[in-house]
Amino acid sequence: MKKNNKTKIVSAVLIVALLAVLLLLDNTKGVPSMLLTVLRKGAIYALVAVSMNLLNGFTGLFSLGQAGFMLLGAYTYAALTIPVESQTSIYQQYPGGGVGFSITEGLTNAMGGFGLLLGVVICLILAGIVAALLAYVIGLPVLRLKSDYLAIATLGFAEILRAVVQYAKLGPVTNGSNLLYGFTSFDDFKIGSLKLSTVMPFVFSGLCIAVVVLLINSTYGRAFKAIRDDEVAAEAMGINLAKHKRMSFVISSFFAGISGALLAMYQASVQAVTFKAAMTYEILLIVVIGGIGSISGSVIASFLFVGCSEWWLRFLDNEKTLKNFNAKLIFAIIFGLIVAGIAVAIFFKQKKNGKLGANVPCIGTAIVALAAIGWDIWFVISPNLKLPLLRSGFRMVVFSVIIMVVVLFFRKGLLGDQELPDVLHRFGAWLQSRFGKSAKGGDAK
Amino acid sequence: MKKFFALALALVMALSLAACGEDAGTSSGSAAAGGDAQTLKIGVFEPASGDNGAGGKQEVLGIEYANSVCPTVEVGGVTYNIELKEVDNQSSTDKAVSAAQELVSAGVSVVLGTYGSGCAIAAAPIFEQAQIPAIGCSCTNPAVTESNPYYFRVCYLDPFQGPVMANFAKDQFSAKKAYVLTMLGEDYGSNLGTYFSQEFEKLGGEIKSESFTEGTSDFSAYIQNAVSWGADVIFAPSATTYASLIIGQAAKSGCTIPLLAGDTWESSVILDAQKGTDQQVFCSTFFDENDESGAAASFVKGFKEYLNADSQRLTNNGGNDIVAAVSALGYDAYMTAIEGLKLSASTSGEDIQAALFNVDFDAVTGHITIDAATGDANKTMAYIKQATDGTFTFIKTQSVSE
Amino acid sequence: MAAKILPYLLGGISVGGQYALIAIGYTMVYGILRLINFAHGDIFTVAGFIMVYAAATMPLYVTIPLVIILTILLGVLVEKVAYKPLRTAPRMSVMISAIGMSYLLQNSMWYLTGGLAKQYPTLPWISDKITVAGYTTSRVTIITPILTIVLVVALVALIQKTKIGMAMRAASRDFETAQLMGIKINNVISFTFVVGSGLAAIGSMLYFSNYATVTPTVGAMPGLKAFVAAVFGGIGSIPGAVIGGFIIGICESFIKGTGATTFSDAFTFALLIVILAVKPTGLFGENLTEKV
Repeated sequence: MKKNNKTKIVSAVLIVALLAVLLLLDNTKGVPSMLLTVLRKGAIYALVAVSMNLLNGFTGLFSLGQAGFMLLGAYTYAALTIPVESQTSIYQQYPGGGVGFSITEGLTNAMGGFGLLLGVVICLILAGIVAALLAYVIGLPVLRLKSDYLAIATLGFAEILRAVVQYAKLGPVTNGSNLLYGFTSFDDFKIGSLKLSTVMPFVFSGLCIAVVVLLINSTYGRAFKAIRDDEVAAEAMGINLAKHKRMSFVISSFFAGISGALLAMYQASVQAVTFKAAMTYEILLIVVIGGIGSISGSVIASFLFVGCSEWWLRFLDNEKTLKNFNAKLIFAIIFGLIVAGIAVAIFFKQKKNGKLGANVPCIGTAIVALAAIGWDIWFVISPNLKLPLLRSGFRMVVFSVIIMVVVLFFRKGLLGDQELPDVLHRFGAWLQSRFGKSAKGGDAK
Repeated sequence: MKKFFALALALVMALSLAACGEDAGTSSGSAAAGGDAQTLKIGVFEPASGDNGAGGKQEVLGIEYANSVCPTVEVGGVTYNIELKEVDNQSSTDKAVSAAQELVSAGVSVVLGTYGSGCAIAAAPIFEQAQIPAIGCSCTNPAVTESNPYYFRVCYLDPFQGPVMANFAKDQFSAKKAYVLTMLGEDYGSNLGTYFSQEFEKLGGEIKSESFTEGTSDFSAYIQNAVSWGADVIFAPSATTYASLIIGQAAKSGCTIPLLAGDTWESSVILDAQKGTDQQVFCSTFFDENDESGAAASFVKGFKEYLNADSQRLTNNGGNDIVAAVSALGYDAYMTAIEGLKLSASTSGEDIQAALFNVDFDAVTGHITIDAATGDANKTMAYIKQATDGTFTFIKTQSVSE
Repeated sequence: MAAKILPYLLGGISVGGQYALIAIGYTMVYGILRLINFAHGDIFTVAGFIMVYAAATMPLYVTIPLVIILTILLGVLVEKVAYKPLRTAPRMSVMISAIGMSYLLQNSMWYLTGGLAKQYPTLPWISDKITVAGYTTSRVTIITPILTIVLVVALVALIQKTKIGMAMRAASRDFETAQLMGIKINNVISFTFVVGSGLAAIGSMLYFSNYATVTPTVGAMPGLKAFVAAVFGGIGSIPGAVIGGFIIGICESFIKGTGATTFSDAFTFALLIVILAVKPTGLFGENLTEKV
């Protein structure tokens, strides 16, 4: 009991500290705005990934409809919060379009800052509800299907939704193919001159993820896991399959809807074409990288994923000419070390499996590594200062190769189906067992 | 254990790669700053991939050429070297947001771009918030500059372009029936289609509009619809990816109806598609490369030399040295930025923004003055060109009949 | 009336034939591995790009076999790299690997081609214009369905009459037992990918001769639709895939003809959901009970 309280206090302190750091980042000049971008988008993607994980990882239903539900959420939110006076110019293709009111604007006028927050919360929940309602309806026929069929059917539904939203007859609400913009975004959250643009996505998405965690640890969550592990056995145990599957589907869609609305707030504009199957695939890959069945894994993976695709790998897209020979030498050494490191790691793994020897993986690795190092040496000797391969599009190639490596060689993802605290705890215990004698009283105690 | 080792390795890799990239990035920056003059960054916010990749690359070429012509600028008595910072917005509104953030993060003073209106609208609030003036090159949707004092533009607008083409259809072909084909989910095409239809109906014509979905590659049914309806012209403003399919399939099915479109069709992709067929293809555009008068002639000459000097530039231009209107617009956007910077008191965003409203000079695509209310260049004339056997032939200038 | 319907019908049959050729690849792989090969549509696109680049330097009688051979190699390579290591993994992992592979192929194509549309070379004879009952079209429109049917008949004969065909049937009926019976399962799977990719290569030639441009993402939609065709006809059944392909192609063409163009893609997926809800095994699918 005492220990439980201690964990609670520690987590509360951690959360407050996190929010304080974010607040500081938001209001300090000179913070790279890419960092803020990654934090905001990462927080939002974390929620979608968790919602998908609830379905795919915890209930074992392979659904690929997430982008469709996000689309619904984003459009619901956007349509309800566009300020009345900008509706005529935004809906210029559909005279008289727009809903004619704006929930956030109305409440802000009535109650000020609190009204804004209330309005956004109401609209977010409405966005979730619209997505959840549709999920309920779709769930009736679709959830009877098994694995891959379910995946394709949900993918198909997402595509249908996209076509419907763009349908000209719905233009007065959805603005057809055109952008919706000008609605309440994260930048509207301010206390005085204090910006909250990065804090708010964390607050909203954190609260939603907390709800999902509570759900997973409840009896419903245990029922979901039972269905995932063995449907027949779960049914025999008295779990109503249809009811629980649909519940999981509806809840997952609810949060997907909310995250779609959050994504709209982050982008400050929505357009149906961006919610393609490719978006669902990205989220699926996040779930896989984080570990199917691990909430904290999904959260970590979404920050890594967004960071890699938006920020850290961006330099790969630009042609680069190194300044002088020294810079080239440094590059060549780093490159050589990376190649050697990977090769050694592969050999290490083969040795552990007792397969080190004259077989395809070993020889292949050796040839590739030697070729790469040979090129490296040649590059140092040659007078050329321009880095090869780097040009527009290379980032995505490297990125997809990394993903394939994760999918093929680290099948369980970062955390498998465990959660971060457990992993840290075991890591602490392992550290203690290893170094316990010399460093007594480590933090794992 | 193994997993931690692997994770650690991956982390080291990522960090060293990032470090390497950052290192190389800053070193090149400091090299430029090491000279006598200070550096001023101009952001180039253009698509290099996606549906508008081809046009975006041509626009960037125009900007790069302008940079080679005019690599320094004097602002408030200090001479600055101009460094271009290019990002790829992938022709997608969701990718555009982070690409724009990247520019803000790099500390650019002015942004040039973008090719398509959707990305410009999506990124506009970011530039406005960071107080960085942006100059649109070929984004023709009125919403780009509307209620955004930081977005400017050097091209004409869709509410002008649509009626121009409607008038052209009427004048040239005495068209009574126009079939309008646009892509569902693409704001550029559907807006232009609407403006065209409104004007065409006002002129007493009849309209049938249809839309295709993204990724469509079979247009034969649409063309068949136009033929069986008895259309006199087909107006199909769309990205070049689809345009070449439409032209190719119209030719294959023996459809002889003239194809009309907006500025996006002025591209070598269209020429390739039209080559070897007898399809009549017309598009409206911002500029005529054979225009001998004023700034245009010297631009065309210089730009061709610039293109032919480097094989990569030729490839980006579509494999030939035909001067695209968007390249001219890219050049003009850059020059507008330079004029604005010259008039500006300092390199702060507010000063540049205020100065840009006073810009007044002869550009390649005509004289440029900025409308004080919207930030758009005042333009009243469009050029109509026809694609024939691998080149664009100038047909006429067209304005809207009152 | 007939003159009005004919063009749509011809267009539909032609598109349907191309869907059918792609769908066979899906259905055969699914029949044996129970895997939706998401990368199949991208392999089809790669075949288009190989043709574009090869035809620029080589004469056609070299390029056509070259395209088929390279595409087959790519298909087999994808199987060896992305699917073989996961043979014992859960089905979801394999499917994710397929999605990852599709992502990788698309991104690589972006990178290598610069993301711009490339003009497909004109193949002599089949691109020529002909007139059928007063309607002008290119010869490929007529050839596609004929070629499709010929290829399918040959394929069915192969599966019914030859030893490898028998092995394929055995593997698709019961993977593990077939293995126990001494069938070299890896060879069978490789052969499946050879056939599927080869047909995709031929399909791509017909498809792009008709549509003239290749872009990196052009294969995604036909790929998905071909998959729907495979499910519609009963996944695992080759005649089913072909009939499914034709039905979807023709329906799509007529829907566009009636003016409901916005929903032509949506229709395909709606059809899928309806068929899955009413008859999950498709038109010709066998009723297999899932083992517990």
